[in-house]
Amino acid sequence: MTLVIYIAVMAGVTYLIRMLPFTLFRKKITSRFMRSFLEYIPYAVLAAMTVPAIFYSTGDMVTAAVGTAVALVLAFCNCPLIVVALAAAAAALVTGWVL
Amino acid sequence: MNSRFLQGMRHGIPIMLGYLSVSFGFGILAVQLGLSVFSATVISATNLTSAGQAMGVQVIAAAGTLWEMVLTQLVINLRYSLMGISLSQKLAPSFTTPHRLVAAYGITDEIFAVASSQNFAVTPAYMYGLIVVSAAGWVSGTLLGAAAGQLLPAAVTDAMGILLYGMFLAIILPPARRQPRVLFVVIFAAAVSVLFWHAVPAVPDGFAVIISAVVAAAVGALLFPLQDETEATA
Repeated sequence: MTLVIYIAVMAGVTYLIRMLPFTLFRKKITSRFMRSFLEYIPYAVLAAMTVPAIFYSTGDMVTAAVGTAVALVLAFCNCPLIVVALAAAAAALVTGWVL
Repeated sequence: MNSRFLQGMRHGIPIMLGYLSVSFGFGILAVQLGLSVFSATVISATNLTSAGQAMGVQVIAAAGTLWEMVLTQLVINLRYSLMGISLSQKLAPSFTTPHRLVAAYGITDEIFAVASSQNFAVTPAYMYGLIVVSAAGWVSGTLLGAAAGQLLPAAVTDAMGILLYGMFLAIILPPARRQPRVLFVVIFAAAVSVLFWHAVPAVPDGFAVIISAVVAAAVGALLFPLQDETEATA
């Protein structure tokens, strides 16, 4: 029952965030600080979510570090999302076998 | 059938393929955190977002408060508000309020990127085509990952735990490489996050991410404010 509430809150908040501005907003944001803040927020969120959690994502810091290194290199080279994600997992898997 | 709808579906195929593998990783993560296959699939069908869901299931697993859930989703998904504002300027007149209420469900990083790059006024049919195909990939990938997470060898599912994070790196690194100010914000956010992890482990993960992100984005906005309107979409 608690799980249903969690999921409802999660989905409800996510929908409202998308729906309210998309439906109601008709003019541009003028505050330079707010525009800059909103521009930076996605990158800041993803970075904070990824580091340091990525190093604990495979249950082994060595395999995770190798996977992270591969992801960093490929992401830096503008590889597609799917390639970066799969290569990171493959690198972690192979490292686990080798060790 | 409406040609814009078919065009949207066609444009959605690359998104679907990307979503399949990443949501597979989400399905595994959710099951590892103790959720059922059904719950994981329902979360994907109702949320349609990677970072928010990954954080959400961690809040659930840690038995966090509903306020933590509201705040994490609010901060992590705040970017969709900006995308919604941006996309609302490119809509065809046929995009009435009821259509907006429905299509808002499908505003994701990738769908927004594809829809806003079209050189025609975006119609409801086009958005629906794009969303249907993309969401099908997201939901079925989650279902497969959550179900196969119990069938695959532990070594494989362990390694797949890195999938979502790999995708996050692939989203943040190219713009960080192009724009030093984005790189600054990324490193700042990561550094504050590491600090929380080691120095104050008592702070729930959700709040640590929110605080790290808000501090980094605010410092970035103060030090490197955008110069003009066009830069926001660069």
